[in-house]
Amino acid sequence: MPLLALAGISKRFGAHRALDGVSLAVEPGEVVAIIGRSGSGKSTLLRVINGLERPDSGTIEFDGKIIEPTGHQLKALRREIGIVFQSYNLFPHLSVERNITLGPTVAKGMTLPAAQELARRVLAMVDLEDKRLTYPQQLSGGQQQRVAIARALAMEPRLILFDEITAALDPELIGEVVRVLERLAQGGMTMVLVTHEMGFARRSADTVVFMHEGRIWEKGPPAKLFGAPRTPELASFIDAILSVDPAAKRRAG
Amino acid sequence: MMTRSFGTPEFLYLLKAVPWTLLLSLGALLGGGIVGLVIAILRTSPLPVLRWLATGYIELFQGTPVLMQLFVTYYGLAVVFNIQVDPWPAVLLAFTLYSGAFLGEIWRGSIEAIPRPQWEAAECLALSFPQQLRYVILPQAARISIPPTVGFAVLLIKSTSIAAIIGFVELTRAGQLMTDATFQPMIVYPVVAAIYFLLCWPLSLLAQTLERRIDATLGVSRHF
Amino acid sequence: MNYVFQFNIVWEHFPELLEGARLTIQLSATAMALGLILAIACAYGKSAGPRPVRVLVAAYVELIRNTPFLVQIFIFYFSLPMIGIRLSADTAALAAMTVNLGAYAAEIVRAGIEAVPHGQVEAGRALGLKRLQIFRFIVIFPALKTVYPALASQFILLMLNSSVVSTISAVELTAVTNSLTSTTFRSFEFYFVATGLYLAMSLGFRVVLSGIYWTVFERGRPA
Repeated sequence: MPLLALAGISKRFGAHRALDGVSLAVEPGEVVAIIGRSGSGKSTLLRVINGLERPDSGTIEFDGKIIEPTGHQLKALRREIGIVFQSYNLFPHLSVERNITLGPTVAKGMTLPAAQELARRVLAMVDLEDKRLTYPQQLSGGQQQRVAIARALAMEPRLILFDEITAALDPELIGEVVRVLERLAQGGMTMVLVTHEMGFARRSADTVVFMHEGRIWEKGPPAKLFGAPRTPELASFIDAILSVDPAAKRRAG
Repeated sequence: MMTRSFGTPEFLYLLKAVPWTLLLSLGALLGGGIVGLVIAILRTSPLPVLRWLATGYIELFQGTPVLMQLFVTYYGLAVVFNIQVDPWPAVLLAFTLYSGAFLGEIWRGSIEAIPRPQWEAAECLALSFPQQLRYVILPQAARISIPPTVGFAVLLIKSTSIAAIIGFVELTRAGQLMTDATFQPMIVYPVVAAIYFLLCWPLSLLAQTLERRIDATLGVSRHF
Repeated sequence: MNYVFQFNIVWEHFPELLEGARLTIQLSATAMALGLILAIACAYGKSAGPRPVRVLVAAYVELIRNTPFLVQIFIFYFSLPMIGIRLSADTAALAAMTVNLGAYAAEIVRAGIEAVPHGQVEAGRALGLKRLQIFRFIVIFPALKTVYPALASQFILLMLNSSVVSTISAVELTAVTNSLTSTTFRSFEFYFVATGLYLAMSLGFRVVLSGIYWTVFERGRPA
């Protein structure tokens, strides 16, 4: 049974149709990479999954249960689905440790010592144990993003969403974040990522989804999608990504 | 009639009234801070009625003279308790409500200055709305609200002079009494003004300095 | 509570309250006009004048902005006679309000002047205009347009502050209300209604000031 099942999701913003009848199923442990041009609806789809946007139509099923995106159910859903944002969104007035322990203590009722122990573990997973007591402003972009990943991990979610988390980083800092993503993927975490990192998609994703104008245009294992694109839109998209950014090309292998 | 000349004892009499000015200002600031927080939260309420109530409150206290607010409070309390009320509770209540309107706007501006992604990050950690306010939004908003609050404190200290009109003995009233006793308004009132200046001017400068510093740090957190 | 509200007494005297309101409006409008002129002069002096003028204006502004209006009124009415300047209550009130507004408005106008793009000033110089001419023809109009909302707020504040001049028995709405309460002993009801009148006046001022903005700054100009 899929962990997450979206059926017929549609969403408009005014006259602009961001999502048009999108259906997607994610199995436990599966790593799904969503690619596409800006404006194709990728981020909106992610935000619909954890309730930051409410779809106009369609259903979301998590763990076999239909989710109503309101109040109580939404809070329960967010304990199971984590999200990492493009601009990290760390809380500047709290230390790294407190950023990480806030969710578990306040929303899940964990005791502070237990949460702090958990914080140490997740920080180790992202190679930032020694930054436990620093503040976000004192860290580089790549470090902050890894703290953001640790913060999501601390909630012990069944699924983590990643919204273009390397797009705002300087090129030399992207590698450290991608390494963490690969580690998570190998560890069996269910992940849905909106990403431009073709190399990561090729190496670590089980499924790649190409979105275009609010619809899923192509879907399949990375080798098939990248090696033999069926549609001209995907082919030109792959060309565009690899030709413009030599660093991306290198990382894409 | 005996008149006194203005010397050191008279000056000390004026100084002894200063704590009352400051106590009134501080009390109104603290009370008004709480009232203001409530008003600011009401302003963001999903229920239109609550929003209008809060907006009406602000319009009322910012659109009428402080002196009138004082009179209505003073005589209103006298009506409710059916006695001649001591000026102190009326004055404290009136200035608290007055401060609440201004601090409410300051709180609202500070809360609105917190970028939306901070709300989203807190939401996505399964925090409820009150929890989001308490742990993420309000601590940051409080920091932002400090410079305008210090600026308002200056306004408040000056406004407390109005309390003299219903007989509350703070600095200005002390000045009136001293003038009646010494017949030296040429000395007394400028001295009173000088004391107010010494209270207010440093705070004004502090508010300006804080404003510049907060802009700098806000630039850091706004980046996210 | 065994107090019986008697608002009908207030309605009997309503015409007198309206007359008081009219006097408030008159006093405030005069002080606004005079105060604005003073403020423009000070702003010009602060930004374009020689050092002694700049220091003087700065001192004036800081002094007024850090002392209570009530004390300023007392100085105009009670202190000045001791050095030979004896003003009537109404004159002292107008003078104090003008001087008070001048200081707050000077800062606002100065911000507006500094917001005028420097290129405009340079163009004026290139055309051979003298400093004062540049100020008069090129700078002051856009400056006032930029800071108009802040000025309008200050004007309304001035009108509300006018209630304080009742303490020296200048005649305006609060003074009228005071004398009515002393004869009828219906303090709460009268002050309540007077407050309502002030609220109406501040809303009215806002409308009128918006209208002035539109006619002076927007009408007939390309959008």
